[in-house]
Amino acid sequence: MTFEYSPAPESTAIVDIKSDYNLFIDGKFVPSKGGKRFATINPANEKVLAKVTQATAADVDRAVKAATDAYRKTWSKLSGAERGKYLFRIARILQERAREFAVLETMDNGKPIRETRDTDIPLAAAHFFYHAGWADKLEHAGLGPQPKSHGVVGQIIPWNFPLLMLAWKIAPALATGNTVVLKPAETTPLTALLFAEVCQQADLPKGVVNIITGDGATGAAIVNHPGIHKIAFTGSTEVGKLIAKSVASTKKALTLELGGKGANIVFEDAPIDETVEGIINGIYFNQGHVCCAGSRLLVQENIKEELLAKLKRRMSMIRVGDPLDKNTDLGAINSQAQLMKIRELAESGDAEGAERWSPECSLPEKGFWFPPTFFTGVSQAHRIAREEIFGPVLSVITFRTPSEAIEKANNTPYGLSAGIWTDKGSRILWSAQQLKAGVIWANTFNKFDPASPFGGYKESGWGREGGRHGLAAYLKGDFA
Amino acid sequence: MRIDVKKTYKLFIGGQFPRSESGRSYEILDSKGNFLANPAQASRKDLREAVVAARNVSEKWSSASAFNRSQILYRVAEIMEGRSEQFVSEIVAQEGLSRAQALKQVSEAIDLWVWYAGWCDKIATIYGATNPVSGSFYNFTTPEPVGVVATFISGDSSLSDIVHGIAPVLAGGNVVVAIANEEFPLSAVTLAEVLATSDLPAGVVNILTGKSSELAPWVGSHMDIDGVDGSGLDLTAYEDLRKEGAENLKRINRFTSVKSPQRVLSFMENKTVWHPIGI
Amino acid sequence: MTMLVIDGSETSIKSFLRTLSPVDQVGAESRAAMLGTRSIKTASKLWAIDTAISMIDLTTLEGADTPGKVMALCTKAVRPDPTDSTVPHVGAVCVYNDMVRIAREHLDNNGGKSIPVAAVSTAFPSGRASLEVKKRDTEDAIADGATEIDMVIDRGAFLSGNLAKVFAEIVCIKEICGDRAHLKVILETGELVTYDNVRKASFLAMAAGADFIKTSTGKVVPAATTPVVLVMLEAVRDYFQMTGKKIGVKPAGGIRTTKDAIKQLVLVNETAGPEWLTPDLFRIGASALLNDLLMQRMKMKNGQYSGRNYVTLD
Repeated sequence: MTFEYSPAPESTAIVDIKSDYNLFIDGKFVPSKGGKRFATINPANEKVLAKVTQATAADVDRAVKAATDAYRKTWSKLSGAERGKYLFRIARILQERAREFAVLETMDNGKPIRETRDTDIPLAAAHFFYHAGWADKLEHAGLGPQPKSHGVVGQIIPWNFPLLMLAWKIAPALATGNTVVLKPAETTPLTALLFAEVCQQADLPKGVVNIITGDGATGAAIVNHPGIHKIAFTGSTEVGKLIAKSVASTKKALTLELGGKGANIVFEDAPIDETVEGIINGIYFNQGHVCCAGSRLLVQENIKEELLAKLKRRMSMIRVGDPLDKNTDLGAINSQAQLMKIRELAESGDAEGAERWSPECSLPEKGFWFPPTFFTGVSQAHRIAREEIFGPVLSVITFRTPSEAIEKANNTPYGLSAGIWTDKGSRILWSAQQLKAGVIWANTFNKFDPASPFGGYKESGWGREGGRHGLAAYLKGDFA
Repeated sequence: MRIDVKKTYKLFIGGQFPRSESGRSYEILDSKGNFLANPAQASRKDLREAVVAARNVSEKWSSASAFNRSQILYRVAEIMEGRSEQFVSEIVAQEGLSRAQALKQVSEAIDLWVWYAGWCDKIATIYGATNPVSGSFYNFTTPEPVGVVATFISGDSSLSDIVHGIAPVLAGGNVVVAIANEEFPLSAVTLAEVLATSDLPAGVVNILTGKSSELAPWVGSHMDIDGVDGSGLDLTAYEDLRKEGAENLKRINRFTSVKSPQRVLSFMENKTVWHPIGI
Repeated sequence: MTMLVIDGSETSIKSFLRTLSPVDQVGAESRAAMLGTRSIKTASKLWAIDTAISMIDLTTLEGADTPGKVMALCTKAVRPDPTDSTVPHVGAVCVYNDMVRIAREHLDNNGGKSIPVAAVSTAFPSGRASLEVKKRDTEDAIADGATEIDMVIDRGAFLSGNLAKVFAEIVCIKEICGDRAHLKVILETGELVTYDNVRKASFLAMAAGADFIKTSTGKVVPAATTPVVLVMLEAVRDYFQMTGKKIGVKPAGGIRTTKDAIKQLVLVNETAGPEWLTPDLFRIGASALLNDLLMQRMKMKNGQYSGRNYVTLD
């Protein structure tokens, strides 16, 4: 007897994808000045979904001008309470159109519908709802009695959580009274463009949110535009450093959410089955395209065999395939380029002598796929222990004592996240104190909430997003 | 007639008072243009040693209880008070202020230590948070020190600015490599002597005298420095340091000479911890 | 393969149970909830419905039970849908002790020889009686034709730390069952409250000789919640790893709809594994569930929604 789950695809009838998309500037979709079109594809089957616009420097200029006008004429004149109402409206519309966003996100990104439906979209709506309530309470944000907005904010977001990262950026920026020029990632522009329609439905004053599509060149034009007062970037540490250099001799404020190589530390007394779930969630959630992924499993040596046996068993239950199937756990890798990068790093693991393991699973022929994988026999010196893979690849490293675990966990230029699994309360707090990372998940992993500040130590970034602390990124305090 | 015994102004690294390994010193003049002293001119290698000394004691200092750090900072104020006379005469010599003005500055500097001493065990209370997240989780955020902070002392005053540059960084649990103001190094060295006789563990504060412009690029590019207070740098040097500092994403800030908890927070990193609530 | 080292002494039991890893409530519940989102459609749903029917311990445990009621239940157990002979018979009929003989005879006379009768014994549901009474209760049931004994553990003893007493009672009832009856041990998880207790009680029962571990009597709420069943399925899976013995699991109480039942099958499939998807290793204690499964089955076959008057009420 076997229980084979029949295909359970989510219907795509709910989305209406246009063949071509213009730029969203000053409240309208407008054609580019000289920009070419490029295709965005569904990474699960390589079919072209739509053509979007490569915004030029002139387009960026137009968008900044619209945002500047909106800032001067409307948005900065509105009271916090009224700004907040627009954010509440947006939150509600996102909830109303949640399934449409979920399906579109899955098609453009390749991530499973279960995740877009249950995580990305609800959290995006929650971010707007949370920040809406801040708009008229900024004097309580701990930044002095009259914190000021920056003006026009340039925001550049990645492809791993397209709409959610948009929400993380736009919601606090608007709540604090800034106006926005946002560029979604090249491979995942569609939900941002659909969000532009939400802004229209919410009657958001024109120019408050401008969404322009394009590649790194468009991003650079945003970063270097003199009319922008603050840059918020989420993406790779490499690009983050370049941006930091670009704005070094300007007055532009900058926050960065960058890469990570999170350690997920498992002590011998961990709640083992929940730990296995946490490891799975830590590295195979969103195909491992997560900056805070628990990509290094640090396991106490005396339970390694038991844990790996359970992990293998659990991994063999991971359902890889059609992202639109409601039972899919692991979807498509977002792009050919990312797949190549994952393969290259995994091959370096083989070459450096680590041992690769993946459950048997058949991968679709079309599209970009990588099976859930872990490496054992990994040492701190291996590339797969140091470099961010940004894919479903886990490096297993052992330790003998708590101090050694912490030492290995902190032995990285990154400092975004870490996990601790143990039944002992005092050890949890000790470990949390020792770990140099901005987010520590103890006996859980990859949990996100608009009320919870998120962001990294060291080379994982500058500043926080979410919670009261996240507001500081978009406000100038009353300090020197 | 008695001939004064003059002080040799040396560096302060790891609790020791070495000369610069480079063997260099530079001449400083008093406000009237007369020779005042030959403080050491620190080299990049002195900087390197200072960072090593600081890093070695970083863990110990950051894990000391906030109450303990608070008492140690307060102890610095106590010892400074006893040395007021020396600070006054150095301020008079360096800045050409009257004794009364100098005494006022010394008092301000001492009071600044007391003010920041009190922040040590309040900063997390006021700027931390318990975050009401959805789901059955306890979630809290707490500010923690970034680690090793280099601070370029500005020169609006010869003593107060040193305290502005060092005390808030220490209050947040960081260890410090201070680069004294090129023009006013004497008070910094005397402060070092105060620190050396206080309860501050060796290496928690290191003070280099010399040329900021020479050291700034090495500070900017040093991969084991986590934060920089660039208040004492001119704008161009500051911008250059920001470019260099991008290589390991140092936390780089500059301030005017006002006291503020923001100076403490600027070199703190918020850590958020999640834990399930269950039975 | 490691062997369990329990000699029945309090010390040996406690030291063994201390080796079990703890269960994190939030993590376990979130795993169960995630498995609850599995979407089982078309052919797999039809398969799941028939499999669920074949796993039902069709139950009546009321003070008002009468021979008439029990006989009707047995008829339904043999042929759940009188209009469709492709519907499988249920896994067993579960009744109070004094109804065992009636049930056995009625099944035998109506084509249900292969359907076992399960009896709830040992001072069900509270377990508050002397061991002598519990033994006698069990012997009675087996003598009347029960081939499955659903015993309750002494929760008071468990919660007061008297684990040897709980263990000894199970050993004793198991001896009486011998090869005449399968032993299902009811943990009454709603009274044990924590998942740590559920995991410990599961291992205690398995080590003492349970053939099945069962969640609940149906008289206490909460009963067979998905996280409780998850924790018990993890326990049988781990026990199999330790000993090579496969122990069955029986959720009972609160499973009323096809959706509930399919969630249970998904839990089994993705926790203990597909080899547990057989009535020999998984049963669902239920009464109203059967009709809902039948209505869903009709919908699957006919393409239209059924109504309550198109299934038999027994």
